[in-house]
Amino acid sequence: MTPRQRLVLFAVAVTGLVGCYLWAFSGLPGFGNYPGPYGQAILAHAITQTHATGVVSAINFEYRGFDTVGEEFILFTAAAGMSVVLRRLRNERKDPPEQLEAAAARDVPRTSPAVRGVALLLVAPTVVLGWWLGTHAQTNPSGGFQGGVVLATAFMLVYLSGDLRTARRLRTETVVDAAEAIGAGGFAAVGVTAVALGFPYLYNFLPLGKIPGSVSSSGTIALISLLVGIEVAAAFVAIIGELLEQSLIVRQPTPAPPSQPQPASPPQPEGTD
Amino acid sequence: MIANGLMDTLQIVILVLVAAGALVVVRTRDRVRLVLVLSVYGILLAVLFFAFQAPDVALSEITVGAVALPLILLLAIAKVRKPEP
Repeated sequence: MTPRQRLVLFAVAVTGLVGCYLWAFSGLPGFGNYPGPYGQAILAHAITQTHATGVVSAINFEYRGFDTVGEEFILFTAAAGMSVVLRRLRNERKDPPEQLEAAAARDVPRTSPAVRGVALLLVAPTVVLGWWLGTHAQTNPSGGFQGGVVLATAFMLVYLSGDLRTARRLRTETVVDAAEAIGAGGFAAVGVTAVALGFPYLYNFLPLGKIPGSVSSSGTIALISLLVGIEVAAAFVAIIGELLEQSLIVRQPTPAPPSQPQPASPPQPEGTD
Repeated sequence: MIANGLMDTLQIVILVLVAAGALVVVRTRDRVRLVLVLSVYGILLAVLFFAFQAPDVALSEITVGAVALPLILLLAIAKVRKPEP
């Protein structure tokens, strides 16, 4: 195809796309106009039905809780897949523990004291914020997912403020794996418990609490949010820790294996990395 | 009415900023700089969601778009860059 033909084809395609796009656009409801029935129904009943003022969490963990279970296991599977793909390959070597010192010394240029200090200062507030987000899904805009990611960030801050060895002590694989399993399995177990009690899957079988909008209210919504927080935090610590190990500890053998010919890469602007 | 006008202005401003930010992300060539620009773009998106009254989505966008994704990308770049001689 000559460049000219390609240009003509592009012009036809872009005209059609713009035409269809504008046509579709003209049929959309007006800005801020919500025509669906479900939003109004949920807004009218969510707080009385669930005693949760964080209505988004009530939707996520109750009205469409079944979808959320699936999403939770997407992350679970992603973390598991990461561990499988990033396992130590036969032609890679891992420095023995005593050489961690050397791995830490490779960290050139050294982290500046400013970065270390700020990271150290931020660890405790980050943990508190993550815990708060994960345990207050039922009262305000927050939730286990956000809380979990923030908690995992605290792990990264520990790495930035200290060194690899401190961070690795935090990332004991048994603890992280157990937390991930408890979080993901716990969510599913809450649903199964409801079935065992004779309710539909993920039915909110716990007492809702007297006051809508208090932290102890909303039954399973608060519990599921906490479990999601545990799962997400563990999954992200596992993923980030796995990548960190890959970058800093696992070394490929110095002569590249000849079985893998270097693909002719397109000219790429060289980064400053 | 004035409050409405202010809100409209804010929403228009942030929409324009997000569009400009997307252009900057696409035009950035340097890998590490790209990740940092992407992180700032995530924060812009979070402000957009917040201005459009979706604080939950804004929170998720901050944690994923501005923190988790750049972190994972940076670590991946660190892994695939050429080893120092």
